Amino acid sequence: MKPTASLRSFLTGLFHPAQVAGEVEDELRSHIAHRADDLERAGLSRAQAERRARIELGSRERYREECSEVAGVNFFRTFFADIRFSLRLLRKSPGFTIAALVTLTLAIGANAIVFSVLNALVLRPVNVPDGRHVYQVEQKDHVPSQSYPDYVDLRDRNTAFDALAAYEIDKAGLDADGRPAATWFYDVSANYFDVLRVQPYLGRFFHAADEHGVNSMPYVVLSFAYWQSHFNGDREVVGRAVRVNGNAYTILGVAPEGFRGTELFFSPDFWAPVVNTESKYFLTGRAVRGLWLVGHLGPGVTLARATADLNAIAAYLSKTYPKEDGGIGFLLTKPGLVGDMLGGPVKAFATALMLLSALILLAACANLGSLFAARAADRSREVALRLALGSSRGRILRQLLTEAVLVSLGGAGAGIAGALALLRLLNAWQPVPDIPMNVPAYADARTYMVALGLALVSGLLFGMVPVRQVMKANSYQGIKAGAAGTAAMRRFTLRDALLTLQIALCAVLVTSSLVAVRGMMRSLHSNFGFDPRNAMQVNTDLSMSGYKGDQIPVMQRRMLDAIQGIPGVTAAGFADRIPLNIGWSDTWVYRDSTTDYKPANRVTDAMEYKASPGYFEAAGTTMRAGRGFTWDDKKGAPMTAVVNQEFARVVFGSEQNAIGRWFKIWGGTRVQVVGICENGKYVTLSEDPQPAMFLSILQSASDDTWFIVRSNHGPEELGPALERTLNGLNTGLPFVVSTWKRELGLALFAARAASLALGVLGSLGAMLAVTGIFGMAAYAVSKRTRELAIRAALGAQRAEILRVALGRAAKLLAIGSAAGLILGILASRVLAFIVYQATPRDPLVLAGVVLAMALLGVVATWIPAQRALFLDPLVLLREE
Amino acid sequence: MPGHAQLLPGTLDLLILKAVSLGPLHGYGVLLRIGQISGQALLIEQGALYPALFRLVRQGLLTARWGTSDNNRRAKFYELTAAGRKRLRKEADGWNRLAGAIASALAARPEEI
Repeated sequence: MKPTASLRSFLTGLFHPAQVAGEVEDELRSHIAHRADDLERAGLSRAQAERRARIELGSRERYREECSEVAGVNFFRTFFADIRFSLRLLRKSPGFTIAALVTLTLAIGANAIVFSVLNALVLRPVNVPDGRHVYQVEQKDHVPSQSYPDYVDLRDRNTAFDALAAYEIDKAGLDADGRPAATWFYDVSANYFDVLRVQPYLGRFFHAADEHGVNSMPYVVLSFAYWQSHFNGDREVVGRAVRVNGNAYTILGVAPEGFRGTELFFSPDFWAPVVNTESKYFLTGRAVRGLWLVGHLGPGVTLARATADLNAIAAYLSKTYPKEDGGIGFLLTKPGLVGDMLGGPVKAFATALMLLSALILLAACANLGSLFAARAADRSREVALRLALGSSRGRILRQLLTEAVLVSLGGAGAGIAGALALLRLLNAWQPVPDIPMNVPAYADARTYMVALGLALVSGLLFGMVPVRQVMKANSYQGIKAGAAGTAAMRRFTLRDALLTLQIALCAVLVTSSLVAVRGMMRSLHSNFGFDPRNAMQVNTDLSMSGYKGDQIPVMQRRMLDAIQGIPGVTAAGFADRIPLNIGWSDTWVYRDSTTDYKPANRVTDAMEYKASPGYFEAAGTTMRAGRGFTWDDKKGAPMTAVVNQEFARVVFGSEQNAIGRWFKIWGGTRVQVVGICENGKYVTLSEDPQPAMFLSILQSASDDTWFIVRSNHGPEELGPALERTLNGLNTGLPFVVSTWKRELGLALFAARAASLALGVLGSLGAMLAVTGIFGMAAYAVSKRTRELAIRAALGAQRAEILRVALGRAAKLLAIGSAAGLILGILASRVLAFIVYQATPRDPLVLAGVVLAMALLGVVATWIPAQRALFLDPLVLLREE
Repeated sequence: MPGHAQLLPGTLDLLILKAVSLGPLHGYGVLLRIGQISGQALLIEQGALYPALFRLVRQGLLTARWGTSDNNRRAKFYELTAAGRKRLRKEADGWNRLAGAIASALAARPEEI
């Protein structure tokens, strides 16, 4: 027969199984007829002959089966039969099925979620065409910010990038209908969209050719989401006039749906050209660094070549502008996480999470392994029976495999479904109020593949545990000895090792999550250098309604007076920004004697705030010496500053020395120290004390305004009162009122995310440990019911029975917990970098871990213990 | 069963090919022919023949078609294909070599070593 014919016969078998079976049946019938003819000729009656012929032929069913197998029919028939049989078996042992499914669901779900996060934050390139080749230019000290003049030089002189774009996150009042709304947006270079190779969804984008100097491009491009939410997806929006901070702009177009810039956490409301920025010093100041640069590397340009190219420009800048750019240098990094500033910690965190969830998967596999092994042992009699009845070992293995795959697929499906639901929650979570920030983690094809792959591998690997047992099964022994013939109970088996490992893992996770949560709690009550409790804040930006220049201090004073007039208000003040919020400003500080203001001559780099009279009282910042600001620290009077202890120590040597002394900032402006306040936290909770100075906001005005208000009344009363009062002023200003505690969300974000992740993984680990211990204890009790019953019949006490039944589980639990606790304490040192004041040397944490593990043990062994205690010896002994 | 030799694994196919090479046969006929040419010395399970026939057809060594037997009954007749003839020759050569080798090994006497 030709290969084609062979194939045809195979396909016939595959798709017309009945035809094959019928033909075989016909042939076997013909055989019997011919044989019967012969036997009849030898003298038997026809009926006798036919009967005899049938007996001689043997099991017709079997031969038909074998023929079908040859013809390929059986593959699918067996497959479906196996599935049916497996489902029936799984239904018959719901305990095993649920335990295996829950185990897999948890492990696969956790891994799918963590992988999605890793994928979104680290693996997936930014969402622009050819995103793989997009790089960001950083300073050599890993700060991503560059100045506009430096950007222009880099853009025009580099040969490494196809083109280089600049952008910056900013906020403004966008006024489309007479009422300005607070928005967050990107200030971008004119070539931004072309550099990122994005096409508009609606209307058009602005291009480099549109740029003709400062203020030449009063255009905005809306983001798809903002267009949907604030313009109802109105297609007539293109060409419409809007006001941004009171200035006239035109809507040019709408960006495509998936595009939200190159920063992963941030989704802007719109894009506007940086040449139209209000702070013109931003465009001319070479030392005013606030822009982030991105671009596609040119075809074939290596990272090393590109870095060398940029640093040749850096050498030029350093030589030409020694005052601003002395010693400058550049690095390239992947965009998306504010360069390496977030990139480093986020990558480390995501990788650590992936590692932890891999450990969870390992624990789950250990669990599955012991579940399947226990099941195989219980089914040894069934397997023996099937072997004795003529089933082939291959056939039995195939059925076991089908069962394992079914469990894997079930677990993977449930895991992915759970992961999708949780990811949706994670996506919707806004860690910082009022800022369009979120974690853009969602499942993509890669996630599904990873989840399915992990499920199948773990299911198959551990579903195969019973194979050895099947392969060496001796049917006679199996049937004779029944299920009780397992003598290996006393040895320390692989299964015990797996379980101990799993318990240790769980203890590690429980320890780290407790450490993280304790650290979080403590950091909420630690000294920030201000007191967020019972304080409310109002955030507004006077430029959003077009207030300019001298109008600003007047308006701020009016607002402050109104706020102080609210009944119950005990203290109120304002500043240009508040500590531990998004963004910060720092300034180089020189000694009063310095006259050459090059970077190398600075004493320190200090955090810079501008505060009003009454600010320190309202913020709850303790003055160590001197005074706060008064309304006399105004324009025209000598510049005054309140500095913190660290500033006084670094710049003047000691706190006592500092009052009344002078220092210089901004290339020569003299400032006198009038007061010293306590140290505080400014950027992150875990930072070391750093120098900070507060300037009088009356002497250097700022449109960005944060009021801090303290009152005898609670926030539920003060909040509406603040809104009423400020609305009563009829300023048309958008403002946000919230408690200061809520505003700390950003500072606590990392710690919260870490605690949340560890908490979730910790409880997953705990659940897996519970199922693992439960499985082991239940199995041990069920295997030894006869022994336990005899002991009970001979008068053993309850304590003795429990010791016999559960001693092993308890021992494993103790060993695993101790190992896990030690590992957890070691691992917590890493945590201290993310969570402020995380320390494992805390009696509460240690006690908590021990208690948690003991509780897990009790929960997991409760049911088996009950079963062991309430055995009725009579019933059992009769049964066996 | 005394007087009968157990079939070695793999030899059934060879016997079937040989039997059919002597002329087209139906299944029961193959059985009878093997009995006849082996001097009734080989015992073949009746039913086991059919999966083997099926397999040989699938391998393209035999062709099958329905016809009418001497007993005037419907039966499926098997015929050797060219490939089957080639395979028979090869297998027979192999078998003869093996049988010869084993026979000479068994005939060895101490003085010959």
